[in-house]
Amino acid sequence: MGHHLSIILLVALGGAMGGMGRFFVSNLASRLGSAFPWGTLLVNTSGAFAAGWLLGTLPLPDGLPSSQWALWVVGILGGYTTVSSFSLQTLALWQRGNAFSAVANLLATCLLGFAMVSAGWWLAGGNT
Amino acid sequence: MKRWQLYIAVGLGCAIGSVLRYLVSLGMWAALGGYFPWGTLAVNVLGSGIIAWVAAKSTYAPHGSIARWQPFLAVGFCGGLTTFSLFSLETLYLYQQQLFLLAAMYVITSLLAWLLAAWLGEQLAR
Repeated sequence: MGHHLSIILLVALGGAMGGMGRFFVSNLASRLGSAFPWGTLLVNTSGAFAAGWLLGTLPLPDGLPSSQWALWVVGILGGYTTVSSFSLQTLALWQRGNAFSAVANLLATCLLGFAMVSAGWWLAGGNT
Repeated sequence: MKRWQLYIAVGLGCAIGSVLRYLVSLGMWAALGGYFPWGTLAVNVLGSGIIAWVAAKSTYAPHGSIARWQPFLAVGFCGGLTTFSLFSLETLYLYQQQLFLLAAMYVITSLLAWLLAAWLGEQLAR
């Protein structure tokens, strides 16, 4: 129970830091203009890279996550990356009649996300 | 709101959303097992629906209470509840287990469900 509570506190602490980090990066990226959701694409692809790197570095949790996994992966990276903004922005692009940007955002997020998580894992020395 | 207050609102909302995401994942894992990442799918769908509802409510009533709570609710809570990094990790994991069909199904189901949830959330706010 004590371990479980400390895991929840680490997830909360990491989530707070990750969320503020995402807010900071998207504020910076908003200087690139609001025609395309660059900020969300940037946090999600960089977060995927970091997650892949941590997967190759930290031992994979079996059951309850370790303290490090809870803080870094579930907390910080989970809070830093977002699906909700991606969905909202993709839907908004589509509804504004910008179908090309909506599809481009969808494909870029998925393909770059998968490439980055694989690259992070590979650079950390992971192998199949 | 001042800039530092926005950061506090986002951080607090994101902490609550992240803990809820963790608890949902644990619950789904206990209920349905670890073969398919149901927990991440559930929180991502839920967060996509809520953020679209909040955004639409804030557009209709720009000075209402939901609009005032938008940094906490949308950027914070929904951002913390949903996760792209774990989605990527789970896809990579399924791929590495050579469960290619399951990995592809996870990606396609997720994308469709996220966007459908956002659309539904927006409709519910009307």
